[in-house]
This record gives sequence, structure tokens and C-alpha cells, in this order.
Amino acid sequence: MCTTCGCSDDASPKIVNLQTGNSVSMLSDQDVDTSHHDHSHNHSHSHGHSHDDHDHTHNHVHEHGHDHDHQHTHKVSTTITLEEKILAKNDLLAERNRGWFEGTNILALNLVSAPGAGKTALLERTIKDLQNEFSICVVEGDQATLNDAERIKKTGCPVVQINTGAGCHLDAQMLAAGLKQLNPPRDSVLFIENVGNLVCPALFDLGEKSKVAILSITEGEDKPVKYPHMFRAAEILLLNKIDLLPQLDFDIELCKQYALSVNPKIKIIEISARQGSGLNSWYDWLRKQMRR
Amino acid sequence: MHELAVTQNIVAIVSEKAGKQKVTRVKLEIGMLSAIVPDAIRFCFDVCAQDTLLEGATLEIEEIAGRGKCQHCSEEMQLSLLAGICPCGSRDIVCLAGQELNIIEMEVM
Repeated sequence: MCTTCGCSDDASPKIVNLQTGNSVSMLSDQDVDTSHHDHSHNHSHSHGHSHDDHDHTHNHVHEHGHDHDHQHTHKVSTTITLEEKILAKNDLLAERNRGWFEGTNILALNLVSAPGAGKTALLERTIKDLQNEFSICVVEGDQATLNDAERIKKTGCPVVQINTGAGCHLDAQMLAAGLKQLNPPRDSVLFIENVGNLVCPALFDLGEKSKVAILSITEGEDKPVKYPHMFRAAEILLLNKIDLLPQLDFDIELCKQYALSVNPKIKIIEISARQGSGLNSWYDWLRKQMRR
Repeated sequence: MHELAVTQNIVAIVSEKAGKQKVTRVKLEIGMLSAIVPDAIRFCFDVCAQDTLLEGATLEIEEIAGRGKCQHCSEEMQLSLLAGICPCGSRDIVCLAGQELNIIEMEVM
């Protein structure tokens, strides 16, 4: 990794199509801009000499036959107003993705949670239960490994894995590149499993219809108020691992109150991706989205 | 975290706008409810600016306080978190300010 700018080949996102085995590396803007790696430096040398072992006289005159011209002018600084959104580029690419989803009637859902909340288990179960009803495709996002995509592949569902390298979230450009590989069919459901992280994915629009937040009850009931951006951005909250409730001191009503305090409109469903409880409500929500 | 990606965006946008001119100052506007830590941006800025037109540029950040409006009683209030409760009891508060993430201006030579 380049210690100057933080960009590196190893850290650039990579997309693997599990159907074809194709692997594509994405170049970020920073990598394309090779000027990062022009590390220029200047040396000034003074040339002097001394005479220790012999004497001589200098009877010639040192004449300076040249003038030093100062050609530089004193530049005046100019202030330029920009008023530009820092994430404008991502937002623009996200809108392009959104337009494509609308035109092809694809329901794109961005699944967000902390690592280990059960996003992949929920997807495995959902695909198994609904694959005869809907055409389903999956984009998997993780910093590294194909593990999640391999699990999805076993269900028979088309899947691409995006490894974000140094990135802690998917962005709209990565998704667009993943979609080129995946080529999801018209009138289908696309699940985008974001990198497990409750902070960064809230900030980067991918062009999805909705964010689906998953919170497992082993995480603690105050996660919605600790990470308000994510729960505010989500349309629906799935409280997963509800089968473990008897073993835990989890106050489910308090958790719902916290979630509603940051997002009064959020829909909350209690589920167990492992045992299947509550999944019918989740599926009904999905069907309703497909009809919209 | 995401501040690195955000700072890379700042450097890319400003470099593009600067053409070949040296950038001496960049001013940002960051809302206090934007989930962006200004100090983390400052830290990333020096690293991201190296060997670009922005190297050595001064970074100014204006922080914008959070402000919201109750959808129930139309009362406006300061928000220190993205969530709040209105004196009328409603939690349905729309954020009016505090989520900004903008480049306001730059100074070039």
C-alpha cells in the first residue's frame, strides 16, 4: 500500500462472479490518477573548492556578465465558490442505478447490519422459501473472502461478491460494476448485502429502493440510539435471533422504543432466520414492495 | 473509517476544479449530525493532499449545528442527535440543518 495516499492495488475493490468464476478489479479514481506517485524533489548544491597545499595569486577580475532576472510575479490568490456536495459523485451514480432498477422493474434492497447479525442466514432462508415465487439475485459485500457468496451460491441463486479491500462500505460505483457482472433479470428482487458495519453504509446511497436493517438481539437493545444514522435511514428493522430470547436479558420493547425514537416511521418485525418464526411477515412486506 | 473515502472525494473534486492552479485553502461545511468527525477529516486531509495540487493547503471546517422541526406542532428546535423529542411529546421531527457535507469554497494561486 502506498504510504503517501493510502491507495493500493491490494486495497482496490474486486468483484467475483460466482457463476462464471470471472474476477474483475476495480480501479478507484485515486489509482487512475498516477500523479499521486510522482514524488518529485529538488536538490540545491553549492560548489566550492579550497586550496590547502599550494599558493597562487588571483590577479584576474571576476566579472559577472549576467544579470539575474526575476521573472516570477507575485501571484494573487483567488477564492472560488464551489458550494458542492462532497458525496455528489456517489449520489449521481446511485441515481443512475436507481433509474436502471426502475426501468427494469427490479426491487433493490440494501441489507445493513453489524457483522454477525445474520444477514447471510436471512438471505439463505429467504431465497429457499421464495425462489419459486420471485427471481432473486444477490450482491455480497465484504472486505475480503468469498465465504458469503459461496453460501448463497449453494441455494442456486445468482450471486457476485464484491470485496471492498480497504473500504468499510459498498458505494454506488462498486454496485454498478457488480451489476454488470451479475446482470439481474427484469422483474426480480436484488438483495445487496452490505459490509457489516453500522456506521459507514448509512452514508453511501447505492440507488436501492430501501435499506433493510437487521439487528440481532444478542447485540443489545440500545444499538438504534448508538448508531442513529443507520436506523434512521432504514425503512424496516428485522430483529433477528428472536429464538434466543429466553437465554438473554434483552428488553425487546425497549429496543423497539429506541428504534422508533430515531425513526418514528420504521417498521419492525421480530424474526428468527434459523427457526423461521416471523418470516411470513417479512415475506409479506417483500411481496408488497414488489407490487408497488 | 468513511472519513478517508470522504476526504478522497474532497481532494478529487477540488483538484478537478483547480485545473493546474495551486490550492492554498479549502473551506468545508460539515453538519454536526452528518456522522462525519471533522478531526478525522483534518487527519485524512494532509495524507490525501500529499503530491496533489492541495498539498500544504489550509483546511477550514465550519460546523453546522443540528436543527429540527416537529411535524406535529411545527415547533423548531436545536438537535444534538439525529433523534429528539418535541416538548409536545412527538418524536416525528424533521431535520432542517446539521446533515451538511459540502465544499464551500477554495482559494487558488
